[in-house]
Amino acid sequence: MNISDTEVSLAAGGAAVGRGSRVAGGVAGWALRLAGVVVVALLGLPIVTVLASLIAPTDGAWARLAALTLPQYVTNTVWLLLGIGAGVFIIGVGTAWLVTMHRFPGRGLCEWVLLLPLAVPAYLLAYTYADLLQFTGPVQSALRAWAGWRAGDYWFPEIRSLGGAIAVMTCVFYPYVYLLARAAFLEQSVSVLEVSRTLGVGPWQTFVRVALPLARPGIVAGLALALMEVLADFGTVKHFEVATFTTGIYLTWFGLGSPVGAAKLAAGLLMFVLAVVGLERAFRGRRRFHPTAVRAPQSGGFALVGARGVAALAACLLPPLLGFGVPGIVLLWLALRDGDPAPGATFVALAARSFGLAALAALASVVVAAAIAYGVRQARGPVTLLAARVATIGYALPGSLIAVGVLLPFGRIDNAVDAWARVTFDRSTGLLLSGTVVVLVLAYLVRFLAVSYNAVDAGLSRIRPSMDEAARTLGHGAGSTLMRVHAPMMSGSLLAAGLLVFVDTLKELPATLILRPFNFDTLAIRVYQLASDERLAQASTAALVIVAVGLAPVIILSRAMVRVRPGAGRVNGL
Amino acid sequence: MPARVVNLYSARHYDTDDALYDEFTAGTGIRVNLIEGDADQLIERIRAEGRNSPADVLVTVDAGRIWRAQEAGLFQKVASPVLAARVPASYRDPEGHWFGFSMRARVIAYARDRVKPGELSTYEALADPRWRRRVLVRSSSHVYNQSLVGALIAAHGEAATEQWARGVVANFARPPQGGDTDQLKALAAGLGDVAIVNHYYYARLLNSTRADERDVAQRVGLFYPNQGRGERGVHVNISGGGVIATAPNREAAVTFLEYLASDNAQRLFARGAFEYPVVPGVPRDPTLLGLRAFKADTLSPRVYGANNARALQLMLRAGWR
Repeated sequence: MNISDTEVSLAAGGAAVGRGSRVAGGVAGWALRLAGVVVVALLGLPIVTVLASLIAPTDGAWARLAALTLPQYVTNTVWLLLGIGAGVFIIGVGTAWLVTMHRFPGRGLCEWVLLLPLAVPAYLLAYTYADLLQFTGPVQSALRAWAGWRAGDYWFPEIRSLGGAIAVMTCVFYPYVYLLARAAFLEQSVSVLEVSRTLGVGPWQTFVRVALPLARPGIVAGLALALMEVLADFGTVKHFEVATFTTGIYLTWFGLGSPVGAAKLAAGLLMFVLAVVGLERAFRGRRRFHPTAVRAPQSGGFALVGARGVAALAACLLPPLLGFGVPGIVLLWLALRDGDPAPGATFVALAARSFGLAALAALASVVVAAAIAYGVRQARGPVTLLAARVATIGYALPGSLIAVGVLLPFGRIDNAVDAWARVTFDRSTGLLLSGTVVVLVLAYLVRFLAVSYNAVDAGLSRIRPSMDEAARTLGHGAGSTLMRVHAPMMSGSLLAAGLLVFVDTLKELPATLILRPFNFDTLAIRVYQLASDERLAQASTAALVIVAVGLAPVIILSRAMVRVRPGAGRVNGL
Repeated sequence: MPARVVNLYSARHYDTDDALYDEFTAGTGIRVNLIEGDADQLIERIRAEGRNSPADVLVTVDAGRIWRAQEAGLFQKVASPVLAARVPASYRDPEGHWFGFSMRARVIAYARDRVKPGELSTYEALADPRWRRRVLVRSSSHVYNQSLVGALIAAHGEAATEQWARGVVANFARPPQGGDTDQLKALAAGLGDVAIVNHYYYARLLNSTRADERDVAQRVGLFYPNQGRGERGVHVNISGGGVIATAPNREAAVTFLEYLASDNAQRLFARGAFEYPVVPGVPRDPTLLGLRAFKADTLSPRVYGANNARALQLMLRAGWR
């Protein structure tokens, strides 16, 4: 796209100033502010609902349990964050560096295959690896049969453990770091790296001292997303019997019947979230990096030949093999051997419903994210900034917590409206929103807005305010600027935002489970129904369909990312 | 006149239940609207929906959760001569807030090649040091264990039960993990010699279409504990339901519960998941006929339901994760 070149030349011309310095006036400005207020109110409601119970007095039972279990929740949560953080950093940044800056056989394949684990829900990875590697699984059974061993005769790593959870979640969450690190590396000027090499700095030193610091904002953003996923995860840690804040919230709430205790734990979880978010801001905010004029040429990169090429290929294929290939094959094997007895038409219906729901959530979250991002850009103020902050917190909260946070206020609102209608019109309105798709989509919004907002914000931040000013000077109003300048430049980011939320919604289970309308089953619900009845093998069919439906958007995303190279407009995901 | 419906919130996830709903609709013309989920979350949802909740009936797979729903004031009293006549008094609330429709026994499974049934007697005996590193059981976070330990608290008091739990924890063959089926498979594979499981997981393996799963069942025996003279009987949990206080279709809801107690529904209800029908005289599934007749603990779910939180804390204190 030519516009991108225009942007580049404007940037190179030094016209860039701090963005969002000018407050938009007129109707458009007020509409944006109003949208900001509405968004804050709607999305903040569930989070406020959770936090409000903090003020409630603690019951003694919970205090005693907390003293018993809290140290373990903290320790396990910290180890998960450290372990997975290190894992996704090494894999995500390493593979991104290899495929962006090197040439080796199979690089084109690696570029998009590396994203495939995005289509697999973390809990499915946990199910399949536990099934494969536990004592009664095929691997250990074959080992025993082959060596003639019995229980206790040999050592085998326990998959249902802290280490197992770290390994599995690393395999499924590294694509967030890969996606953003790759986008950041693509933006780097090859000439900078070449200067570094010319000055006698080796390739490793160039990577550590030049490329890595330049790519820091993107890498840290990817890390933050991955770690928020870790904090929100329930399925994996539950299946692996690792006690974390999330499992503690469930246990306190449902085992102990103490919603207050659960909310206090949730507040503890929020501390971790804020720590992750704060860390991200601290690392990103210190310096601003602007993309420079000259970018990596299409054919660029250091050639890796012979054994080094093969090693690079192996390093790039191993993560998607573990995060996508192995679970995919296991699920396929289970589905063929012992799949769901339900007729095929059932799955078509389930897939259609899952698809529709995910598409709705994706559309809604892109629109809302764009509204907030524009609010921040046009009318930087406390309301819009708060909206932006609120938007990013939900991603780290377990889906069930958000679901209850949505359930309670909307139940109250619906009943208040009903009571008012009864008094005023002598008519009952019943529940207007509760138990409808509207509330469900709202929960998805709260949960996934961080993903779409980050993508839209990243896209928007590349459009320098000078371009707005140029458009205005040429007689375009705010709306016209939006449609004729921003929209074409943003299309890639909007697409990425929508696709990512689509896939996330497809995989989502807890909020769907609690909030869905009558007779409204999805693929994830089908998996849950069978898995909770200890019929994992039969659950594999629906699981496989989830992966299959999620695969299409992930491939579109990765192909778009590969096709659109620097200098031709970008799809910088997230 | 609009079509008659009953809105069902159910924690049961058995495909065979669909046949049940179809038959109910065919017989009564009442359509079944369904939401399946975890009992606790369904309870939260009904509470949040308040007086306008569409829920007519809540069905759970555990008496502890039914008790919790009753505590939350979700159920209304149902005075149905049909239900009173068919459901035995120990499996329903005396005031008619809820009714049990099927039973699941929490039993001791053992590896046939390493344990003789004569070595087994009671739940209490599983704390004996002779079972060191031989006991398999799922995590304390599961409600089936919470209900069992709740029943033990009722029988022995909290201190003695905690002592028992410490003994069982010391006897664990491995840290608790997986579900009841996983314990049975581990047993058959030689990891541990006895396991605490619900009976129907065994029945399901016995009836599996897969040879390897039938083989697991062949290697495992089921023992119904606490059957001796003067002993209280095996711990039995119920799957049951009640009519929601704010039910918009109260009449249809009662009709639905009465249908669940009918001979035909009892057969269907119990067959799909190999549960025991609660109504006396209803023929059992052939698989269950192979399992012995047993004496069931008649302790009211209200008691072990109320003990639920104490049971969980006790297990965690004892190191039962």
